[in-house]
Amino acid sequence: MSAAVAQDYAGAPLGTPVYELTHVSKTYARNLVVALEDIDLTLRKGSFTSVIGSSGCGKSTLLKIMAGLIPPTKGRVILQGQPVTGPRRDIGMMFQQATLFPWKTAVENIVLPIEIRDGKAAAKQAMGKAHELLDIVGLKGFENVYPNELSGGMAQRASICRMLITEPAVLLMDEPFSALDELSRDMMNMELQRICREQDATAFLVTHSIQEAVILSDEIVVLKPRPGRIAEIVDVDLPRPRTLNMMTTPKFGAIVDYIRSLLDKGEEM
Amino acid sequence: MSDVQNYSPSVKAADHAEDTVWEQKVHFIDSVPRWLAMTFVFVVFVGTWQIVTSLRLVSPIILPTPMETLKDMIFVGQNLLTGGYMLGALWITIKEVIYGFALAIAIGFSLGVLVGETAFGEKAVMPYLVAIDTMPKVAFAPLFVAWLGFGIESKVALAAFIATFPIVVGTAAGLHAADENARMLFKTMGASRMQTLIKMKLPTGLPQIFTGLKIGAVGVMAGAITGEFLGGGKGFGELIRVAASQLNTPRVFSLILYLSLVGLVVFASVVWTQRRLVFWHKEQVGSGEF
Repeated sequence: MSAAVAQDYAGAPLGTPVYELTHVSKTYARNLVVALEDIDLTLRKGSFTSVIGSSGCGKSTLLKIMAGLIPPTKGRVILQGQPVTGPRRDIGMMFQQATLFPWKTAVENIVLPIEIRDGKAAAKQAMGKAHELLDIVGLKGFENVYPNELSGGMAQRASICRMLITEPAVLLMDEPFSALDELSRDMMNMELQRICREQDATAFLVTHSIQEAVILSDEIVVLKPRPGRIAEIVDVDLPRPRTLNMMTTPKFGAIVDYIRSLLDKGEEM
Repeated sequence: MSDVQNYSPSVKAADHAEDTVWEQKVHFIDSVPRWLAMTFVFVVFVGTWQIVTSLRLVSPIILPTPMETLKDMIFVGQNLLTGGYMLGALWITIKEVIYGFALAIAIGFSLGVLVGETAFGEKAVMPYLVAIDTMPKVAFAPLFVAWLGFGIESKVALAAFIATFPIVVGTAAGLHAADENARMLFKTMGASRMQTLIKMKLPTGLPQIFTGLKIGAVGVMAGAITGEFLGGGKGFGELIRVAASQLNTPRVFSLILYLSLVGLVVFASVVWTQRRLVFWHKEQVGSGEF
């Protein structure tokens, strides 16, 4: 990936296609299962896209392909004009568990991606930026605390910082708050929205929760299983910034109902 | 203000109802400090011992009185402190234990990494290790004597042989301890295999590795003494063997007690290192903490 290309994308206006998947399919040769079939997907700069579907619809496979962890069987996967052929530093990832390492302090955990790619000296230089990020997610003062002393929500905030430290072009999130209780989860979703807006982040979220998908997303990709195909891409035209109060509005309810009906249809087939 | 009070049931209860203060039962043992409980067991033990010997329930040749044992311990202690022949013997045994443990750590850790990290090791080497581990390792003592002679080498070999396997198993288990998320995270960060091993798998596995080291620390002592029993030499085990053959039971008792101090130091040094290195891991009760 050339620096010049990355530069172009960093300065590109919101709405420019950042991540493009064309006719992506994945077949697991060992058991001849078609996990994904003909997925076409475009993530635009500054947009928030969620993917939702019942278990076995290929959500995780899709995310792994987009993260460069596994290759597709067919199709093109292009991030910032460059094909994805393995893990890249312009991809940020977050998992269901915070996965902070208990022998490192919060700030040391956050600069870990830099340490792995560029060595200890670079990691040290990134400390200042890690402090800024901790401030952004509301963890100022917890820089030198070990993960054992952080609550589940705080740990996930720290893992957001770790995802952002390399300034990735796209954020891939695999049910990041599903291990949290509902109150923390709602709060973290609002935090995530705020952080994404501040950073003009291009975000891609895998989730089981229709409400979570609707409150966060501009577009929701509804997958139907066996084989995993896109049933429909639903636009969410609720105004930004979203608030938790919107979850009680008729419009929110209508979108949730519509997506639920799409998912039910997928189940019948 | 009175409105607020009306909505607050707890305030109401405090104002109008009887206080529901009651004493929670505390088990007696929870209120006793540990040293006192341990002293109690010690006193009961020695007391029983004293009664058994003073009533002549057991022949004094088989079981000396606590006093005789204490006298002999003081005698042995004097000999050790004044640099007598026993100190020389103890030093030989300590050397066997240290060399044996160092060797076991080096071999055990390397084999553990081979078996825990590489598919080849797991497929091709592990079955042999399991097979050897199920053998009674003490049975190899005569072989080590035949190969390495009656000197310290054969004892070091047996001590290391016994202590190696728990370290292999601990290291291999430790390398498998990292969860799927941590592995995936390291992959997405583009970490090399070496980076993943050193920065993630090894630190994650330290608790298991130290469990192996602790079991090994106990085994290394047993190996050195067994080696001395079966292969002669000039160590502490030989002193025990000679004292036992002379039916000098007080001496056997006091020698064993001093020997156990050495074992305790080895074990404690492992625990001390673990606390330094694995400060982040809360150890569970009953896993060798004292």
